[in-house]
Amino acid sequence: MPDLGIDVLWKGKNLSRLLGGLWIALRISFVSVLISIPLGILLGIVMTWKNPITRAITRIYLEIVRIMPQLVLLFLVFFGTTRVFGWNVSAELSSILVFSFWGTAEMGDLVRGAIVSIPKHQYESAAALGMSRAQIYFDVIVPQTLRRLLPLSINLITRMIKTTSLVMMIGVVEVLKVTQQIIEANRTTSPNAAFGLYGTVFVLYFLACWLIGLLAKYLEKKWE
Amino acid sequence: MDWLVIQDYLPLYQEAMWLTLRIGWMGIILSIVLGLICATIVHNKVPILGRLVKIYIEMFRNTPLLVQLFFLYFGLPKVGLLIPAQTCGILGLALLGGSYMAETFRSGFEAIDRIQMETALSLGMTRGQAMRHVILPQAVSISVPAFVANIIFLLKETSVFSTISLMDLMFTAKDLIGLYYKTTECLFLLVVFYLIILLPVSILGSLIERRLRYAGFGD
Repeated sequence: MPDLGIDVLWKGKNLSRLLGGLWIALRISFVSVLISIPLGILLGIVMTWKNPITRAITRIYLEIVRIMPQLVLLFLVFFGTTRVFGWNVSAELSSILVFSFWGTAEMGDLVRGAIVSIPKHQYESAAALGMSRAQIYFDVIVPQTLRRLLPLSINLITRMIKTTSLVMMIGVVEVLKVTQQIIEANRTTSPNAAFGLYGTVFVLYFLACWLIGLLAKYLEKKWE
Repeated sequence: MDWLVIQDYLPLYQEAMWLTLRIGWMGIILSIVLGLICATIVHNKVPILGRLVKIYIEMFRNTPLLVQLFFLYFGLPKVGLLIPAQTCGILGLALLGGSYMAETFRSGFEAIDRIQMETALSLGMTRGQAMRHVILPQAVSISVPAFVANIIFLLKETSVFSTISLMDLMFTAKDLIGLYYKTTECLFLLVVFYLIILLPVSILGSLIERRLRYAGFGD
C-alpha cells in the first residue's frame, strides 16, 4: 500500500485549518447569495416589464454575465479597479462583489422564468374576483412563484459554492490555498500529501454541495 | 489605453485563444459522448453500471473543475499516474462536462413517454433501433436549451486551465500583467478575446433554440 499522504491531515492543526478555509469559501457564497436574492427578485420583476429600454438593459446585463467567465470578472474587479480608479478593493470584497453581480443576474432570470411560467388565467381569475393589482401579486402570484423558485435558488447556491474555488486565483486564502500551503509545508516529511489532501478537498466540496442539493430535491418533491 | 501595446500583445493572445478553443472543443465533444453513454445507461437502469454512473455524475456535478484538475494534475502523479497538462485539461473538462450532459440528456429521455418505447417495440424494432430512431431524436431536441447552456458553461470553465500551467488566455493575461504592468490593456484584450470565443456560441445557441422549438412532438 503506497503512502497516500492522508496522515498529514491529523498533524498539528491541519484539519481545522482546512475546514476554516472551506468556511471562508462558504461564507463568501452565502453573503453573495443573501445579496443577490433580493436584488435578483427585483431584477426579475423588472425583466417582465414590457418597456423596451429596461428590456434592452437587462438583456445586455444578462448576456454579459452569461458570456464572461467568472474568473475574468474577478480579474476585472480585483486588478482593473485598482488600476483604473485607484481603489484598493480587498480580494474577499471583490469576490463578493463579483458573485453578487453574477448571482443577481442568474436569480433575476430564474425569477423571470418563474413569473412567466404562471399561467395567464391566474391573473385574470384573480382580477375577475375583484382583487386589486397588489393583492393579485402578493396573494396569488408571489406564493406560487416562491414555490417554483426555492429549489432553483438552492441550486444557485451550490453553483456559487463551486465557483468560490476560483477566488484563490486573486489571493483569497480559502480551502485550496490552505491545501497548497499545507502541502508545501510538509513537502519533505510526506511527499505524497498532494494526493491525499486534494482528494480530501474534493470530498469536502462534494459533501457541501451534495447535501445542499439533496435539500433542493427534497423541497422539489414535497411541493410538487 | 496604449494601442501599440495592444498590437504587440495580439499574437500572444491569439495563440492562447487557439489553445483554449482546441482543449475546449475536444473536451466538449468527449463530454457529449460520455454524457450520452451515461444517460443511456442510467435511463435503461443497467444493473450495477447504472449505480456506478450515478455516483460518477453526483461526484463530478458537485465539485468545482479547479479541484478536479488539481486532483488529476497534482494528486494522481503521487500514486504513479502522470498525466500531461493538456490531456489533464481535456480529461477534466470531459469528466465535468460528461456529468452535466448526462443529467441534461437524462431529463430529455424522461420527458418522453414510456408509451413511445413500447410502441416502437411492438412495431418490431429492437431496443437499439427504437433508441436511435425514436427516442434519441426527440430527447435531443428537448434538451437543446440546457445543452447550449452546458456548452457555454464548459467554455467558460476553461478559464481555470491556467492553474495547471496551460498557456490559455487567463495565463497569458496574468503573465503579461506581471511582466509589464500594462493591466488595463491586458484586461481589455482578455475581455475581447473571451467575447470572440463565446459570443458566436451564444448567438448560434439562441438561433438553434428558436428553430428547434417547433420540433416538439405530440402538442
